[in-house]
Amino acid sequence: MQPNVVSLISIGRHPQSGRARRAEQDGRGVELGLKLAGEKLSVLHVGNPEEPVLRQYAGMGLPAMTVLKQDETADAVPALSDYLQQEKIDIVLTGVRSESGESSGMVPYLLAEKLGWPVVARVADIVSIKDGVAEVLLALPRGQRRSVTVKLPFIASVDNAAAPARQSAFGPGQRVRMESVNTHGEVDQIRVDWQEAPAKPRPKRLKTVKAKTAADRFKAATAKPQGGSGKVMKNESAAEKAKAIFDLLIEENVIR
Amino acid sequence: MSDIIRRDPRREWIARNRLHPLHDSVANAVQGEVRGPSGLLRKNPHQVGFIGPNGLKRIDRLKGNAVVGVGNKRSAANQEAVLPLHKVDNPDFYIVVVPDMVGGRLSGHDKDILGLAHTMVSTIEGNGAVVAVCFGESKETHYDLAGVDRLIHLSASEYEGFAPEARLTALTHIEAQLAPKHWLFPDSIHGGSDLGSRLAARLGERPAAQAWQVSGEQTVCRGGGGSLDISRQTPRILMLLEECGEAIDETRHEALAIEVDGISVSEPALQDKGLMDVDPSAIPLAEAEFILSAGNGIHNWDQFHKVATVLGATEGASRVAVDDGFMPRFRQVGATGTWVTARVYLAVGISGAIQHMQGIGQCDKVVAINTDAGCDMVKRAALSVIGDSEDILAELMLLAQARKKGSQEEQSDAA
Ligand SMILES: Cc1cc2nc3c(=O)[nH]c(=O)nc-3n(C[C@H](O)[C@H](O)[C@H](O)COP(=O)(O)OP(=O)(O)OC[C@H]3O[C@@H](n4cnc5c(N)ncnc54)[C@H](O)[C@@H]3O)c2cc1C
Repeated sequence: MQPNVVSLISIGRHPQSGRARRAEQDGRGVELGLKLAGEKLSVLHVGNPEEPVLRQYAGMGLPAMTVLKQDETADAVPALSDYLQQEKIDIVLTGVRSESGESSGMVPYLLAEKLGWPVVARVADIVSIKDGVAEVLLALPRGQRRSVTVKLPFIASVDNAAAPARQSAFGPGQRVRMESVNTHGEVDQIRVDWQEAPAKPRPKRLKTVKAKTAADRFKAATAKPQGGSGKVMKNESAAEKAKAIFDLLIEENVIR
Repeated sequence: MSDIIRRDPRREWIARNRLHPLHDSVANAVQGEVRGPSGLLRKNPHQVGFIGPNGLKRIDRLKGNAVVGVGNKRSAANQEAVLPLHKVDNPDFYIVVVPDMVGGRLSGHDKDILGLAHTMVSTIEGNGAVVAVCFGESKETHYDLAGVDRLIHLSASEYEGFAPEARLTALTHIEAQLAPKHWLFPDSIHGGSDLGSRLAARLGERPAAQAWQVSGEQTVCRGGGGSLDISRQTPRILMLLEECGEAIDETRHEALAIEVDGISVSEPALQDKGLMDVDPSAIPLAEAEFILSAGNGIHNWDQFHKVATVLGATEGASRVAVDDGFMPRFRQVGATGTWVTARVYLAVGISGAIQHMQGIGQCDKVVAINTDAGCDMVKRAALSVIGDSEDILAELMLLAQARKKGSQEEQSDAA
């Protein structure tokens, strides 16, 4: 049985040129969706159905695409949760963070809270789906992976560690069936008061020396950093030395 | 006594006459500051300093900051001054920080956020306390120096490891009990941003993610994929970027424990099946957590590779090992190689040239195996073992193999 998978897509932004593009993580979400559901994958966007970037997603081999038509200033979450509640869906895939707008990464969590589903953050892969339970690989820092099982239905945000999106073909992208659904979202009132400016480079932290006297400051500026506090083992046998190292490795939890 | 000032001509005469045998005692009897006729503060240059052992006058301009001699143990102890204790009795409000506690210790990111919490407390009226909520086993011993006024430590097994739902339940209980003014989370991939987002969704608050400039009223956070700065009113829940504040370093804090009872954790929807075995050699060197690094002191390369596999360590190398063709170039650690961030860096037969040390500046624990007890790597290391690399690596391999066998037997027993 193939699961019902929905991939949510948004309009990305190229980090250098600032041009609209297929968002990195959403593209990976569509790729993962195609792996799980093949042609039956539904792809959902909230916003303007005329947006040319949607064709870049469609060019990954999607026969159809649904767009919930909405103003740009409106909040996407109510429209999404209304729509997702109507359909019978097993897995919703999103990116971790959008590349435009607020970029808070709250969409999967808000949807999950509204629908009452569990949310799995930073998914690298969905390995298997069996008897209504999915085995999911989470991307951890330092290239580590954690295996987690979760009951369907659930929401997953797709990490950059997932398989990269396939190349987009122009022709099929133009031929996609666009289904647009009219919704009326409410204007995001809180956001109206915010001020937006191009990002300033963040100041680098300087190493300040809190010394009370000139002699201390001089010492801090010139002295070689010296630990000197480490334990040194000289006369023990090789086995004892190795044991000490091994204990430290176990204590630091680096060997399993 | 009467107010009439009585002059003592003899004393005045002795005070004027520096050659008089009683001059010192009379001159030193004048206590406190002396004002001249125009009201200026007068200092007697003849009273500064002391007479040294060979009769010469000595003036100490270091004001007690002289380098402490070896035999002078007592003043060395004095220098490790106890920081003043910052006390909060009956706080009016709380700011709760939920640190990542990577490896059971407060990270630099966590400490910055605790420092930021204190600057926020000082801008808000009333006296507030900074609460840290720590989950799972903790190896941290210096909560007090990091600025923790109150500590909630939930060490039950259900919070251990990967347990975002149980932790969320605990946080909602704390919300009900303390009603904190702000919740601060590190915006990190170690689980801080996940937990913060979950709490925000549960409480129906609109959080600020990727915040980096925060005061009591205004918050600047990154948006638009890092291309925008959004200024907004400071919300209740904040997820903060690195270096958002200055860590506490001048005060000590109480770190009093707060009990939270009655948390009932229900069966989680996400079942943790444990970490996967990833091929350590596939992890990029810059990201690797545990590096076994080889230098010119390695002579048995087959053994070295075997130990790295058994320990599950990512391999690194010094430049000499790479130049001699024993290791590929992308394994080189140091100024012209990769700058690594490993938590544990095991340096075998590496002398610790400055170009190499630059590359391991961010490593937490350095362990050195070397024949030379005086080399720079031994000075940098938390644990150094002096001896031949081949013998020690052989013993290390035996230990690792024994442990592996033990855990396998355990598994087969359980099965
Ligand atoms: C411009 C420039 C850039 C450089 N960039 C880098 C860089 O990016 N990375 C880098 O690593 N180097 C770099 N170097 C080279 C650096 O200066 C050192 O030469 C190099 O790091 C030394 O490597 P080593 O410690 O492995 O070798 P050595 O200095 O030869 O040290 C070998 C150590 O092994 C010990 N030893 C010997 N036999 C044994 C044994 N049987 N058991 C245990 N211990 C033993 C010795 O006591 C000694 O401490 C650079 C140099 C220059 C000039």
